[in-house]
Amino acid sequence: MSIRNGLLALLEDGAMYGYQLRAEFEARTGATWPLNIGQVYTTLGRLERDGLVVPVESGDDDDGHRRYALTPAGRAEVTGWFHTPVARGAPPRDELAIKLALALTVPGVDVHDVVRTQRTSTVRTLQDYTRLKVRADESGDLAWLLVLDSLVFQAEAEIRWLDHCESRLARFADRPSPARTVARQPAAAEQTSVRR
Amino acid sequence: MTTGGTDLVLELREVTRVHGGGANAVHALRGVSIQVWAGELVAIMGPSGSGKSTLLTLAGGLDEPSEGAVLVEGRDLGTLSRSELAAVRRRQVGYVFQDFNLIPALTAAENVALPRELDGMSARRARREAVRALAEVDLHDLADRFPEDMSGGQQQRVAIARALIGDRRLVLADEPTGALDSTTGEAVLRLLRARCDAGAGGVLVTHEARHAAWADRVIFLRDGVIVDETGPPARVESLLGLGAEQ
Repeated sequence: MSIRNGLLALLEDGAMYGYQLRAEFEARTGATWPLNIGQVYTTLGRLERDGLVVPVESGDDDDGHRRYALTPAGRAEVTGWFHTPVARGAPPRDELAIKLALALTVPGVDVHDVVRTQRTSTVRTLQDYTRLKVRADESGDLAWLLVLDSLVFQAEAEIRWLDHCESRLARFADRPSPARTVARQPAAAEQTSVRR
Repeated sequence: MTTGGTDLVLELREVTRVHGGGANAVHALRGVSIQVWAGELVAIMGPSGSGKSTLLTLAGGLDEPSEGAVLVEGRDLGTLSRSELAAVRRRQVGYVFQDFNLIPALTAAENVALPRELDGMSARRARREAVRALAEVDLHDLADRFPEDMSGGQQQRVAIARALIGDRRLVLADEPTGALDSTTGEAVLRLLRARCDAGAGGVLVTHEARHAAWADRVIFLRDGVIVDETGPPARVESLLGLGAEQ
């Protein structure tokens, strides 16, 4: 996610100090992706370099912090961002997918157990998100609700995938798997193929 | 109450259910034990064929276990006569189904009042209770509407009001959101959750994790056996540590 676009979008509301931007960003996304103030100022520096924001004249507070405002180019960038779909490029490295793939071949690992443990844990996380949703709904925090919905659907997708893995494993267990047999027990595999 | 605690609404003790016999015997459930307390919503998750619907029919006294016992508010259903069992089903257990199961020729209030009238209550009193029950599910304006003039979400709310009218403290819900879109389904779960928070005990059978997540505990069923369960709820520290944890 580009912090850059997030900060630019926030500046649509008017000029802000870096610490205000950080607080707003976290408040509107339920602190799901915490920012450190260093990141905010580094990003603002780059945005200024690229002509997308400008420091507001005589906008310094008592501690010498500067207030930043969008330039017309910055405004165009925000509009462009909202109208462009987020690109899903190369899939990010997924520890769980890698873990399951390896669990299949590493001796002594019960892949069913890995699936089961993960599913219970993810459902528990899903329960936590759901409780947070109840609170967000009560306080009328729509932005935070949407972020939570996104986390809920991602967790759900993972659980569906785990269920799917489980039924696929069961189906595979019912049929001989030459490739894996060869990798584990060459002798036994040869016998099987000779018999055929 | 025979179980000691007054708040144990449903208990399954080592319940086994075998359909058929001999070589063709199918074990729908094998030695399943579950306790559901008042104020608690428990979700049962599992793929089709895992035994979750069998579990619900046993819990509601619609079927009998081959082995083990089912207790509703402390009463062992296996020790009851036919008429006593019918009374338990009528007075103590409420059902919510995927397809709502409302009677089309009756208004919302009449549908909700029906179990009370069947139980011998006067029509006027039953209606009063029904209107109150409908108000609890935010449908006081629709008491005189027929099911066909209501949305799916509204019909399911009527079904929940009907399931909990009177002193019934056990709701058994079988995929209650299956026929609804995601936001309407969520509103129904929110309502079920609220009814449990208000003191009912609920069992929610579903194959969807997003729905099961509304429960306090989620029990995973596979091939008639409980394979796992999420622990006790409301770990506040994990809620607050959300950002850092993920």
